[in-house]
Amino acid sequence: MIAIIDYKAGNLTSVARAVTHLGFACAVTHEIDAIRRAQRIIFPGVGAAGAAMASLNDLGLVDVLREHAAAGTPLLGICIGSQVILDYSEENDTRCLGLIRGRVKAFPAGLTDAGGRPLKIPHMGWNRIRRTSDHPFLAGIGPEDEFYFVHSYYPVPDEPAAVLATAEHGVSFAAVIAQGHLVATQFHLEKSGRPGLRMLQNFCTWNPA
Amino acid sequence: MLSKRIIPCLDVRDGRTTKGIRFKDNVDIGDPVAMARFYYEEGADEIVFYDITASHERRGIMIEVVRRVAETIFIPFSVGGGIRTLEDMREVLLAGAEKVSVNSAAVRDPQVLSRGAEAFGSQCIVLGMDVKRVEASTAVPSGYEVVIDGGRRLMGIDALEWAQRAEKLGAGEICLNSIDADGTQEGYELNLTSLVSDRVGIPVIASGGAGRPEHLRDVLVDGHADAALIASMVHYGSYTISEIKTYLSRCGIRVRPCG
Repeated sequence: MIAIIDYKAGNLTSVARAVTHLGFACAVTHEIDAIRRAQRIIFPGVGAAGAAMASLNDLGLVDVLREHAAAGTPLLGICIGSQVILDYSEENDTRCLGLIRGRVKAFPAGLTDAGGRPLKIPHMGWNRIRRTSDHPFLAGIGPEDEFYFVHSYYPVPDEPAAVLATAEHGVSFAAVIAQGHLVATQFHLEKSGRPGLRMLQNFCTWNPA
Repeated sequence: MLSKRIIPCLDVRDGRTTKGIRFKDNVDIGDPVAMARFYYEEGADEIVFYDITASHERRGIMIEVVRRVAETIFIPFSVGGGIRTLEDMREVLLAGAEKVSVNSAAVRDPQVLSRGAEAFGSQCIVLGMDVKRVEASTAVPSGYEVVIDGGRRLMGIDALEWAQRAEKLGAGEICLNSIDADGTQEGYELNLTSLVSDRVGIPVIASGGAGRPEHLRDVLVDGHADAALIASMVHYGSYTISEIKTYLSRCGIRVRPCG
């Protein structure tokens, strides 16, 4: 069973609907015991890092997530879920879970596109990703596939090898990260059409060594 | 680099769409879920539902539509029409929509934008604006005035000022509809679109007037829009989304590939 962590960060039904659509059993839950028993974890979310960490702390979910991380349970972070698995976020000056070494940074002000026009923040809409290394999570994904992003901050893992794919919005940033049994996407793969569903399926069938 | 978004808009009354004759052979033409699925599979980047149900008692029907759409398509979609309160927003978002669009209610009570943004995040809150060209005046220096209630009531508010104010209040996006261009199929209001788009730091979806793929090119390039709303030109089968995207792509505009 796949546990979709319910920490009051919105958008959870979308993830559950996509997983169900692909034919996998899942439950949206904040029950510690149910999460402890899960074979896979999806850690979704929209909103702010500060509120997300506060909810995780209030619900007592930090320890069970760390236990799963230590036990090697496959874990997928989405959007805010791809950020709070790092050590620290500039958003609300937030200490995060520290499952992957690194920080979450804000897009700098004054970014422009190649033609010199100001870029809008949040980075919202469809964008391509550039693969930087191979991984089963990216099976079937081509260079022209696009994904749906909505964010003003982005993850910066300490270890460059943790970056599987980058995207461009004035700066190049980590769009997909992976380390051991953890994978995470800054974009909403549950809202990214066919290629997003493919990656979600890749996660649901992935057996990390 | 972000792709320009192509967004079909479906008008829904009492749970049924009000346009869409092209689908009579293979899709239930009145079913918003079937139409959403059709456009999703055709390569729409997002879908807008506009609920024109008159009676408040029948709004539950729309919520059921939203729930079924969310089980069927895996791209973002928004719902507008009759959304007045935080509770209206919550209902639609919990049913599975990414965004809610607020129009007349925000003009009457601008704080609904900030309350919505605070509760659900700016990315969920779209300001829908209906705008009419008027004689420039002290109250409306740009010559573009905000209208509400489906275009019937002029509000004495300048469209550019309202767009900027809405951004400050927490709107995450603007869907900008020109009442003058709406329904003409003769092209978007390019001047209005570029004025608003250049004035705000949030994405602008151009609406009203799309009839041919050239119109989308014009509004995405000269109108500086981030996205283009389309209705009749696809509902009545004159063009497919794939044809429109192929054309835009040939014009050098980055769009998401279909399929």
